[in-house]
Amino acid sequence: MMAQAPVLPRGFELPLKQRLPRIGSIDQVAVEQRAAELAKRSIKKDAKVWALELALRCCDLTTLEGQDTPGKVAALCSKAIRPDPSDPNVPSVAAVCVYPNLITPAKERLAGSGVKVASVATYFPSGQAPLDVKLRDVEDAVAMGADEIDMVIDRGAFLSGRYAKVFDEIVKVKEACGAAHLKVILEVAELGTYDNVRRASLLAMAAGGDFIKTSTGKLPGAATLPVQLVMLEAIRDVHAETGRKVGMKPAGGIRTSKNAIQYLVQVHETLGPDWLTPDLYRIGASSLVNDILMQLRKEKTGAYQSKDYFTND
Amino acid sequence: MTELDKRQDRSPVPQGWTYAPAPESTDVVRLQDRYGLYIGGEWLAAKEHFTTISPRDEAPLAEVAQASEADVHKAVAVARDAFQSWSKLPGSERAKYMFRIARILAERSREFAVLESLNGGKPIKESRDVDLPLAAAHFFYYAGWADKLEYAFPNRTPKALGVAGQIIPWNFPLLMLSWKIAPALAAGNTVVLKPAETTPLTALLFCDVLRQAELPPGVVNIVTGDGSTGAALVDADVDKIAFTGSTEVGKAIQRRLAGTGKKLTLELGGKAANIVFDDCAIDQAVEGIVNGIYFNQGHVCCAGSRLLVQESIYEPVVEKLKQRMATLRVGDPLDKNTDVGAINSREQLERIEELVAAGKEEGAEIYQPPCKLPEKGYWFAPTVFTNVAQSYRIAQEEIFGPVLSVLTFRTPDEAVEKANNTPYGLSAGVWTEKGSRILWMAQHLRAGVVWANTFNRFDPTSPFGGYKESGFGREGGLHGMEPYLDFE
Amino acid sequence: MSGRLPVKKTYKLYIGGAFPRSESGRTYEAQDQNVARASRKDVRDAVQAARGAQPKWAAATAYNRGQVLYRIAEMMEARVPEFAELCSGKDEVHRAIDRWVWYAGFADKLSQVLGGTNPVAGPYFNFTIPEPTGVVATIAPDEPPLLGLVSRIAPVLTGGNAVVALASETQPLAAIELAEAIATSDVPGGVVNLLTGHRAELAPWLASHMDVNAIDVTGADGLRAELETAAAENVKRVVSGKPDSQSLYEISAFLELKTVWHPIGV
Repeated sequence: MMAQAPVLPRGFELPLKQRLPRIGSIDQVAVEQRAAELAKRSIKKDAKVWALELALRCCDLTTLEGQDTPGKVAALCSKAIRPDPSDPNVPSVAAVCVYPNLITPAKERLAGSGVKVASVATYFPSGQAPLDVKLRDVEDAVAMGADEIDMVIDRGAFLSGRYAKVFDEIVKVKEACGAAHLKVILEVAELGTYDNVRRASLLAMAAGGDFIKTSTGKLPGAATLPVQLVMLEAIRDVHAETGRKVGMKPAGGIRTSKNAIQYLVQVHETLGPDWLTPDLYRIGASSLVNDILMQLRKEKTGAYQSKDYFTND
Repeated sequence: MTELDKRQDRSPVPQGWTYAPAPESTDVVRLQDRYGLYIGGEWLAAKEHFTTISPRDEAPLAEVAQASEADVHKAVAVARDAFQSWSKLPGSERAKYMFRIARILAERSREFAVLESLNGGKPIKESRDVDLPLAAAHFFYYAGWADKLEYAFPNRTPKALGVAGQIIPWNFPLLMLSWKIAPALAAGNTVVLKPAETTPLTALLFCDVLRQAELPPGVVNIVTGDGSTGAALVDADVDKIAFTGSTEVGKAIQRRLAGTGKKLTLELGGKAANIVFDDCAIDQAVEGIVNGIYFNQGHVCCAGSRLLVQESIYEPVVEKLKQRMATLRVGDPLDKNTDVGAINSREQLERIEELVAAGKEEGAEIYQPPCKLPEKGYWFAPTVFTNVAQSYRIAQEEIFGPVLSVLTFRTPDEAVEKANNTPYGLSAGVWTEKGSRILWMAQHLRAGVVWANTFNRFDPTSPFGGYKESGFGREGGLHGMEPYLDFE
Repeated sequence: MSGRLPVKKTYKLYIGGAFPRSESGRTYEAQDQNVARASRKDVRDAVQAARGAQPKWAAATAYNRGQVLYRIAEMMEARVPEFAELCSGKDEVHRAIDRWVWYAGFADKLSQVLGGTNPVAGPYFNFTIPEPTGVVATIAPDEPPLLGLVSRIAPVLTGGNAVVALASETQPLAAIELAEAIATSDVPGGVVNLLTGHRAELAPWLASHMDVNAIDVTGADGLRAELETAAAENVKRVVSGKPDSQSLYEISAFLELKTVWHPIGV
């Protein structure tokens, strides 16, 4: 640790030398162009099947509705374990993601399957509640058996420049998580710029997040390819500097296999093959799973598929 | 939990993701065995021919005519004849022919893109996404000028020159053709164009577009051949020569035209500095560096072949650059996932190899990412040299290949001094998040195109051309009309 | 014997804001005067002076350049009778003065007329601006000796270039008078350099000089092919204009166009 020089104005830290990971900035046009370029990769045949199965393995099958019931969640869990009942070779998804009230039925249903239970917490989706309420939310979820906690950052604090508040909350939530993995939702649609996405990503990682996640799924304009690219680059910088591997989870808006493969290509070509595992990469989605199943069957049979042949759980 | 469910325990994730080949089909291209010369709207037989190949595997593609001096003179005479009626056609009618050409190019873009990659070696994603859309856009843009010339040059009476002789390079064959032909036709000139020796095929296919567009015979004539054909065109009875190519040949043409009164525009070589400041958006800057030098295998006159990095950010930039280079996919130009294709010709490959050897010899440190190069064809791995001094040949000479030389600087003044310390002045790049510094740099760099926080962008509306030994005259935009007009 | 004996002027070169004799020590007789006969080394010195002075001249605000050029007209106006004796007469002098005024007023309008923004198909702000080409060598026509020289160098200076001009070989005195007017105006030393001497001897040195960016061969009858051949060695811009013209396009002939791209994003 370097001593803080008393003569420096507030907000300055030693060393002043520009080194990574620094906050840095993002050029919107260039990052969107790069994302568009990568999206043009043509993934065919074996490579496509490989990617589709990986996408499935990386899915956090999600339901976050006021109308969620134990019955609905049970159905979802069956789908999670065995996405395609007609084909035992189709792998399970990574996790189901639910509200805290639904942890218990999910846990029961998934017992022994290897599929994890993730719960949103910290006054999801707004995060606009006192810290003690948020921490209690997390503690309850963990106590009910959640394997993973998806928290939201305080965007109000972030956008008003109170980064320390955002940071401290994440640190405390991480403590409250205990052994549970922490995914930090940035809610990028509310951050306004890629610069902010990068800043929030670095903040979330520095504070101890195991994953950084784009969105709650409750707003339009959730995950996008350039947003993920910005976050992956931040993860890459943290890894280069500290050796620590932080996971990535885009959520919201990923509905087609083609789109999912584009996300995977980006991970592959930005962070490398090490990140192509559910331990470090998740996709928050619901309708995506059936599209992947249809594509997998198309690859197998050669015929284009109908939704009527896949269950809507 | 059912028995069935239990069997679904997470199995280990299979390792490794190799993209399957994604070749673009060549079925759309139908080549003749042998091509003649396109003169007066007809195919005329030539006495001699040479074989044009694909640099990806050295496979012969077609026999192409070697135009003799007499052939060139004939083409010029035919163009001179055609000029009489073409130049008298109302601009609005000339425009409509050009709009037709633009549309047909867009319609047949797949065919052209595949042929461009086949004959020239550039990745299909570039010919598909860059060359073809831009070529069509150039015709569309200049078509609109044909009947609006009086708005372009206030207080002047623009008149067509006559016959324009045009000599184009092999790096962007069809795009350079459109850069040359579109403004010439809009101005009311007729054209004799010589494609590059190694990449004649898209220009020959373009003749079929002219047929479909029903362009009057003789307005555009295409004569293929080697340097002697080009020399014959320079000496022929043309009113103007437009040349894009090496500085060496450009100088020879300028000498040859001395005292003749023929108009001349030259778009020649470059050794652009791509200048990276420590406050840049680093990942995008690295992307810009890669695009700046590895786009089209570095066969780009405006390539950012000299990377000037501020010393305070040198390590992370070079580290990120190397990481990024390792993800470049080098190989079959026709594979849709190829980032870096084949070197255009054996001759060019040898030139690159020679300069890279010189770089090693002089003491620069070389890095090439591990990549498997195909056995047949002409290939060169993406290369970066660090520890390069200004005086090294690799920092001075245009390599025209995927080879980047990295130098450092400490202050903006030093960056400008190093960037300008070259006889060339075609382009430059600046990467910084500070607005006032961008404008200061842009003002001080002696180059015809300055890309700030971007690189290698082109547009029909944007004038392009060099300072100093990179040539004179501009192509693109309103300014690109001027070299094709007389204002007496 | 009546009155006093007039003091006769020594006609010298104008290089870097000073009035040296030719380093060669040579003179030749023209218009009944001994005039400095510049050598290739004087050419070299003049180009060096021009190169040194050019960046600052180009960096001056266009408004300021206009003011300085206008000041030349003011200085000439005060010497009309002197000039008139050295050229075809008052009319030529008046036209030369008015020519400076015309060009002076164009200095701060060039960019607006010749440059502009380009509507590229993408999220970029793209603009083109004219910039001086650098050091320009001017082979002035023999006729008209004053107006011809002014018509050729005024547009060069308006664009922000520095100039090395070869004066009319047969009638060089007006050029030297002009140098004196320029020296007393606010033109920085080295921006204008005027040489007298034998065109056939000096012009080739200018044409082959690697630090000259453009050459104006308007007054180089008979030498053009040779000069243009030499000019190719560093891809000089070769300009052939009219001895008596006044046009925006005489300015633009000595300008480069620079196009700048920048992304538009948040």
